[in-house]
Amino acid sequence: MLLDLTTHLGRISLKNPVLVASGTFGYGEEYAELIDLNQLGGIITKSVTLKPREGSFPPRLTETPAGMLNAIGLENPGVELFLKEKLPFLSQFDTKIIVNIAGEKEDEFCQVAEKLSKAKTIDALEVNLSCPNLRRGGYILGKDPEVVFSLIQTLKRVTDLPLLAKLTAAVSEPTEIARAAEEAGAEALSLINTLPGMAINIQTRRPRLGNITGGLSGPAIRPIAVRVVWEVARAVRIPILGMGGIMKGDDALEFILAGASAVAVGTANFVDPTTPGQTIKQIENYLKKNKIRRFRELIGKVET
Amino acid sequence: MIQSKGEILFNQEVAPSCWKMQLLAPEIANQAQPGQFVHLRCTENYSPLLRRPFSLHRASERKIEILYQIIGQGTRLLAEKVQGETVDLLGPLGRAFQVKGQPEIIVLVAGGVGIAPLYFLAETLLKKPPLNSKLILFYGVKSKENLLGYGDLKKLRINLEIATEDGSLGFEGEILQLFQSRLLSFLSQSLQVFACGPLGMLKNIASLSLKYNFPAQVSLEKTMGCGIGVCRGCVIKGSQGYLRVCKEGPVFPVEDIDWAAIS
Ligand SMILES: Cc1cc2nc3c(=O)[nH]c(=O)nc-3n(C[C@H](O)[C@H](O)[C@H](O)COP(=O)(O)OP(=O)(O)OC[C@H]3O[C@@H](n4cnc5c(N)ncnc54)[C@H](O)[C@@H]3O)c2cc1C
Ligand SMILES: Cc1cc2nc3c(=O)[nH]c(=O)nc-3n(C[C@H](O)[C@H](O)[C@H](O)COP(=O)(O)O)c2cc1C
Ligand code: FES
Repeated sequence: MLLDLTTHLGRISLKNPVLVASGTFGYGEEYAELIDLNQLGGIITKSVTLKPREGSFPPRLTETPAGMLNAIGLENPGVELFLKEKLPFLSQFDTKIIVNIAGEKEDEFCQVAEKLSKAKTIDALEVNLSCPNLRRGGYILGKDPEVVFSLIQTLKRVTDLPLLAKLTAAVSEPTEIARAAEEAGAEALSLINTLPGMAINIQTRRPRLGNITGGLSGPAIRPIAVRVVWEVARAVRIPILGMGGIMKGDDALEFILAGASAVAVGTANFVDPTTPGQTIKQIENYLKKNKIRRFRELIGKVET
Repeated sequence: MIQSKGEILFNQEVAPSCWKMQLLAPEIANQAQPGQFVHLRCTENYSPLLRRPFSLHRASERKIEILYQIIGQGTRLLAEKVQGETVDLLGPLGRAFQVKGQPEIIVLVAGGVGIAPLYFLAETLLKKPPLNSKLILFYGVKSKENLLGYGDLKKLRINLEIATEDGSLGFEGEILQLFQSRLLSFLSQSLQVFACGPLGMLKNIASLSLKYNFPAQVSLEKTMGCGIGVCRGCVIKGSQGYLRVCKEGPVFPVEDIDWAAIS
């Protein structure tokens, strides 16, 4: 049986549904030494900001049960250096390049988007509306549906690139924000980002992270992520890129059945760099076993 | 950098709560340099989730060795593994110790399990003739029984200076005291120092290096995510901004580190 693994995130056509998540794959250079990047459906870069960012004070990560907490603080070389030194490398591969953008103000996002739009090899932008480590006046930018609406709408004016809105799940009604992003013209939604968390060393009585709190990722957040994808999938018409604790094909399939059109592997890259490749194979095996030729037929097929 | 499944050739307790594991990993062994490390999975499932970093303690043609202390869940699981099982390895990673030119004296300072990479360094330096430098190893442990690979060390053509905190062998006290007491006699010659051990010891070596103006390189530790430079989770404050321990380190020239910012 000839399988059809292709899928779409709006205008972005993917050869298969497995991508790698922002911040867990850098700009591809290191993992290219270990795995074949051409096998990936897409690569989402570490967040890029207008100016270089130094990142947060260490310690920046700590392990927690079935997960990890991080407060990297969006350390990145800034958009100019990204374009000059990182993008050319990524562009060699036969995979979709999605650049994740972040900022503190609308204007910052816009300037980054404008600069990136001039590059020929970028397939889409993922707008980070949900980094728990980047706050303005103490709250996450993307918690307010109006802010999300306005930002996506403004970005649409400065770039023709498809926009994926990466939303936070740390709100009581993720569907409200999702609808705001959809109405503003987002091509697809990325769900979920890390969830805010904290760990304390009881010996030193100090927080385990220099930033005090950080973002929780890994299998620990997977049930939350699957639930949010399922809720949001029923509330919007645009496709969803699902992520949160995917370690293998079975996990990816949960997201797909819940309504994700594609998935991204994050923390699992650190655990085993072969995870994305294996996840693709395991999805293929599932399709074969269940005699489904087209991957797309599985999307949202959870029976409730 | 290679990912491979290394077969365990042996895994045994060599001192109280300290184990030595030998693995068949030809490609990693081939490239390994003293000071570099491997990032390995202590379990096939997800508890603990992340890999754990260990310095390369030895590398021969096809085999590598690590020397590890039981600290928590990961190292406990590692100690349960037996011959014939495999371990998922990433390596060799990070920057190695770098001897510059031909110093008259090379001093290695090891505290506890910090001996792991320094043994490899000593062995490698001695294998690569002609080494015209005098090689001295200062090695400190709590008690005689905690000495790791003492038999092997005695076979190497190096000057061995041992300190035990309880005085059961050699100098009684901290290894740094012993090193410091000899330091002035070295300073008339060209000297390079390489150290691995508790952070306090490394900090002191850094300040001695600045005070007496001799070059020193130290191997630092930090909790790691990816281990290969991607996540930026393992940084320490350097004199010119943050440095990744897994990539710019784990071996750093002491002047590259902002010691005041490190606790
Ligand atoms: C580059 C590098 C090289 C290393 N080489 C070696 C080596 O050759 N041999 C070796 O034995 N270890 C080495 N380590 C340290 C080793 O990685 C840790 O001891 C190990 O990760 C602990 O894992 P665990 O799951 O057993 O303990 P965890 O469950 O991770 O830790 C248990 C508790 O101990 C604390 N802890 C964690 N690491 C340390 C530490 N290093 N010292 C003291 N307390 C700690 C944690 O905060 C936690 O509270 C190296 C570390 C680095 C970064
Ligand atoms: C170390 C680390 C850094 C991250 N950096 C970013 C980032 O820069 N921008 C972003 O949108 N998401 C970032 N994320 C979030 C991931 O892209 C992903 O949404 C989240 O980790 C959940 O997936 P996972 O559990 O598979 O890791 C980061 C996650 C980790 C673990
Ligand atoms: S552990 Fe990821 S950058 Fe060092």
